[in-house]
Amino acid sequence: MTAVDKKTSRTLLLVLLVPGLLALGVSFVAPMLWLLRASFSTSALGGGDDWTLDKYSEILADPFYWRVAGNTLNYGVTVAIFAVILSYPIALFLARSTSRYRGILTALAIAPLLTSSVVRTYGWMVILGDRGVINSTLQWLTLTDAPLRLSNNQLGATIAMIEILMPYAILAMLSGFGRLNSQLEEAATMLGANRFKVFTRIILPLSLPGVITAALLVFVLAISGFITPRLMGGGRVFVLGTEVFQEATVTLNWPLAAALAVMLLVLFSSVIVIYRRALRALEA
Amino acid sequence: MDKTSPLAAFAWRGLITLLYIFLLAPIIIVFVVSFDTRKYLAFPPESWSFGSYIAVLQNEAFISAFWRSLGLGTIVGIGAVAIGTLLSMALTRHKFRGEGAVNFLVIAPFIVPNIVLAVGLVLVLAAFKLLDSYIGIVIAHLGVTIPYTVRTVTMSLMAVDRRVEEAALVHGASPLQVFWRVTLPLIRPGIIAGGVIAFLISFDETTISLFIVSVKTSTLPTEIYRYLEYSTDPQIAALSVVLILISVAVVVVVEKLIGLRKAV
Repeated sequence: MTAVDKKTSRTLLLVLLVPGLLALGVSFVAPMLWLLRASFSTSALGGGDDWTLDKYSEILADPFYWRVAGNTLNYGVTVAIFAVILSYPIALFLARSTSRYRGILTALAIAPLLTSSVVRTYGWMVILGDRGVINSTLQWLTLTDAPLRLSNNQLGATIAMIEILMPYAILAMLSGFGRLNSQLEEAATMLGANRFKVFTRIILPLSLPGVITAALLVFVLAISGFITPRLMGGGRVFVLGTEVFQEATVTLNWPLAAALAVMLLVLFSSVIVIYRRALRALEA
Repeated sequence: MDKTSPLAAFAWRGLITLLYIFLLAPIIIVFVVSFDTRKYLAFPPESWSFGSYIAVLQNEAFISAFWRSLGLGTIVGIGAVAIGTLLSMALTRHKFRGEGAVNFLVIAPFIVPNIVLAVGLVLVLAAFKLLDSYIGIVIAHLGVTIPYTVRTVTMSLMAVDRRVEEAALVHGASPLQVFWRVTLPLIRPGIIAGGVIAFLISFDETTISLFIVSVKTSTLPTEIYRYLEYSTDPQIAALSVVLILISVAVVVVVEKLIGLRKAV
């Protein structure tokens, strides 16, 4: 390459890189740095010159936030377990199906992703509400007198979140089920394994990495959500997400919101680290 | 499975059907309720009408939020795909110092939860007096959509035969000409897909928007969220049905467009 060539290629590279770096710098790097800075600040707006651990100690000293953190973990684990259990048969069915409707059925399983989670949360309000689908049906069948409390509480928020995150679980499992192979199953059957054995000894172990990925994805999305817990919980469900939103937009205590967001991020990262360890152990 | 007993096969199909019903229940129910004539949330509808749809069309707040979201999605879609294409070109066609860092920067927004990013964005936008501004939302949405456009365009770029580009260079085309006349037409499906994904994400994005918009700049999802906090009448159902139909239409049209291109 000549010197001129080198110079033009460097200019070209700058033209390619600068807009992206600028955009991501303003919309991602700067917010993350300011978030961290604000969480160590004393001033109400997150500015100020001093560095302090006040917000963190305030959070750690308050039993309310311990309950919120515990509830968030509990919520994430419950949603992840049920979303994975309910998605597994669908993913298995789609992965093994040879039906000509397979494409349509796959699209149908992922279609809810095209619908905003706010809209689907509303759908669950209609289903689980006091005068909703389930309660009207139960009363019409005269099985209950008073409506069951299925919404405006943790139960409703959990059911809605499970459904909202299922398409993600199905997608993650489908891409993780690549190692499933019908020839292996046939071989096992020929060697005398019954269906239960084929499932526990072949299908389940081979699909486990996909299952773990799905569980992690759902957990991580569940603990960072706030729209569904807030709308379905009717103000009675307290998770880190709802608290971050409350402090940032209602109370306007930005350092506290920032500190809570940092703690959410820490919770989040530790789960990912554990996941990678688990996956490595599984593959070893 | 030939050895399966009919009963087991039946039970298996039943289970799959039930799970599909659970998965699609809220969408189906929203559709049914959108034709209810009552002003409060209840099931089943007493009588059926298009009243909720008419009410939505007459709701000033929804209509202006819709146009705002549409404009926003278009700007974000075009901006994110333009910036994303440049970044993909740099990452796939050039070797440079700090490549790893740029790669990480493109993946990182995938990993950080939107709600965490949202708090940071509130602080930054507030400092620059951009909170509750159009530009502020565009900036926020660019950050979450660029990683997607980089991904789709990069996948297209990797599939391009480098020899075609080299042949054009050898025959005297400038790098810009090669990009414009050779590479760009070849990666068009990836660019369209990336732009559409960015549009749909922006059009649907609620978490970050709720932190940074007020009544003046509310987008359609934030308007729906605020409405739902106080009222759950069937207007929201009608609006939801319209939104579902729009996203399905966008996906179908794009599939046809790109599918046709690939066929030609």
